[in-house]
Amino acid sequence: MDFQLSPQEEKFRDEVRSFLKDNLPAQGEKRPADFLAQWNAKVREKRWVGFSWPSEVGGGGGSLMEQVILKEEMARAKAPGLGTCFMGLAWVGPSIIQYGTEEQKQKYIPDILDGAYQWCTGYSEPDSGSDLASLKCKCVREGDEYVVNGQKIWTSIAMWSKMMILLVRTDTEVDSKHDGITCLLVEMDSEGLEVRPIKNMGGGAMFAEVFFSDVRVPVENRLGDEGQGWQVTVSALANERSSIAEVYGLRRKMDELEDLAERTVRAGQKAIEMPSIRRRLQRADIRIEAMRLNGQRFLTKQLRGDPLGSETSINKLHRAALEVEMGELAMEITGSASTLMRGSDVAPENGRWADYALGWPEVVIGGGTPNIQKNIIAERLLGLPKD
Amino acid sequence: MNFGFTEEQDLLRAEVRKFLNEKAPLEEVRKQCESEEGFDRGLWKQMAELGFAGLTIPEIHGGAGLDLVTLLVVLEETGRSLFPSPLLSNVVASQAIQRFGSEAQQARWLPGFADGTRLGTLALLEEGDDLSPDGVKLQAKKDGEEIILTGRKLFVPDAGNADVFVVAYRLSSGAEEVGLALVEKGSAGVSAADFAAMDLTKRVGSLELNDVRVPSDQLLCEGGPAWSAIQSLVELGAALVTAETVGAAEGALAITTSFAKEREQFGSKIGRYQGVKHPLAEIYVDIESYKSLVYYAFWALDEGHDDAALAISRAKAYASETFPLAGINGVQLHGGVGYTWEYDIQLYLKRGKWMRPIYGDADYHYDRIAQLGGL
Repeated sequence: MDFQLSPQEEKFRDEVRSFLKDNLPAQGEKRPADFLAQWNAKVREKRWVGFSWPSEVGGGGGSLMEQVILKEEMARAKAPGLGTCFMGLAWVGPSIIQYGTEEQKQKYIPDILDGAYQWCTGYSEPDSGSDLASLKCKCVREGDEYVVNGQKIWTSIAMWSKMMILLVRTDTEVDSKHDGITCLLVEMDSEGLEVRPIKNMGGGAMFAEVFFSDVRVPVENRLGDEGQGWQVTVSALANERSSIAEVYGLRRKMDELEDLAERTVRAGQKAIEMPSIRRRLQRADIRIEAMRLNGQRFLTKQLRGDPLGSETSINKLHRAALEVEMGELAMEITGSASTLMRGSDVAPENGRWADYALGWPEVVIGGGTPNIQKNIIAERLLGLPKD
Repeated sequence: MNFGFTEEQDLLRAEVRKFLNEKAPLEEVRKQCESEEGFDRGLWKQMAELGFAGLTIPEIHGGAGLDLVTLLVVLEETGRSLFPSPLLSNVVASQAIQRFGSEAQQARWLPGFADGTRLGTLALLEEGDDLSPDGVKLQAKKDGEEIILTGRKLFVPDAGNADVFVVAYRLSSGAEEVGLALVEKGSAGVSAADFAAMDLTKRVGSLELNDVRVPSDQLLCEGGPAWSAIQSLVELGAALVTAETVGAAEGALAITTSFAKEREQFGSKIGRYQGVKHPLAEIYVDIESYKSLVYYAFWALDEGHDDAALAISRAKAYASETFPLAGINGVQLHGGVGYTWEYDIQLYLKRGKWMRPIYGDADYHYDRIAQLGGL
């Protein structure tokens, strides 16, 4: 066991640190108006956007350990993200790199790295949520085109995206529901494609329903082979298994909660000194630390050349529980005022925590519900029979 | 970056597991812990010969001179098999002497710990069950270079079998006016006996000292350094217990999981039902998580990292809160047979009760975390 960095890794960490020192305004210092544009250009030039991708496609070719160091340092410094095309960087790009044609790589990868526009993800359907592979969105080939008819739902940022990675069913006569699924890259301004935003319980709209009526997609926009869509999706999602960014996100939220409990006075007592509040904060804090260390154990496995499997469900379950608990804790800390939304003059931090307490479903349900994660652990890690 | 074990440590694990599977399957464990001494002295001797007893004792004193991370591997295995032995108590006592004893004291005591002929333990708690300096009330009277001890120690692990006790005593009323001394079982005025305990695999008892004269060459430390010594022994004990808990919890999960794969109700193996699957998955998530915390804690201890104490308290707090639930859920998922003496899951449930308070319960460790500058 050894948690020290090698001299070479330390050198890379120092490079990241000195970049952050030079390019990130100190805490509380006002950021110039063009700060984000400047930042995006600089991290792009360092090849830290798509840092894990091979250098032939314009990525950074960073080693696994360097990727971790970069993410950790960025998170610790509370730096803005690396790149702006969220889903493009998270899974669309990796899928195209793995399964795409030369033309597809040239056409899409540079734009993803530059953050030229957004991608959205058309996976879930009204009757295919947790059971994604049962999806039915109909797709028939006509000459050099596919014709798509059907509906997608819970498509995050569909209304602001230029492109969609879409799963459709090209074959209904299959033995396994995982066969007969095909992956397409679709322009959102295609004729017959309609986006209808869905208002969430917090009052905002981040996701949408997407309707397809006779939407025509050129065959060259197919990613991977016909019927290979499930495989494309699974290996793309595997790219999203490192939990480092989530851990630091939770850690930051935890610091803010602690701060809120420190500043909030209830019946003459600081909330942080109320034993019940303090214990709950501590319990959450320990779980975040456990997540961080779990992540390092998984990383060790990867560094030894073993791919990660279902053990990533451990941190997903922690995260799900923590997102809910921390929202509840913020409510508990702020008492009556916790129920007020943005615009009320006594709403703590202008209703920010109320938004948080209404926002957890996006991550808790979005990445596979906790019950599904528990099934995965029970069946794949404990070897219990499938339901 | 390497959060794993060396090849040697993996081999050691395999060797310990094989040894325990052969010599101490649960039906043997039941016999051993119901015997007079509560453990098998012959087996303990064999373990000592294999080097497991003196793993962290320096080679010059007859041990293997290995680090705590290596010991962790052994503890996970003794925990998994609920092996009744004085290992934990012995490590705490030998570390007390290694860390705070003189060369002469080390030479005198450690070889006996390493070869399995002598057993030691820490006698810290008293009535009041208080792990703070105030909890040490047992009064010492100075008599020249010697001290005279009178009082009663409670919840002393392996009290009935110990040959030597590392005793915490009070010099005067100042908070940290305490000391640590070695008291031999054979000395005049010493009596020790085990209580009737819930977890038969873990002996615990009391130590009575009645005008016990302790010669100066058996004193370890006094004053401020003594309190930090005591504190560090509590931390060590908490770390050792949590390491054993990882193994014990995996044992509890394994037997409950295999029960769920065999037992049929409503025409199907009960392990197919989500009402059974989900609690088992939750237990798994908790085990893997305090495992990470305790692994890191052991590494930090070996490296002398300044966050070692924090790491230990996080691990112990998490394990104290969740491991007892693994036993309770394990019994529940077994149904009626889980409640019987015959089925083994009850042994793990009792281990959960034993581990919860020892070397500080969750509440104690939450307070420690705050004291140490954590949240």
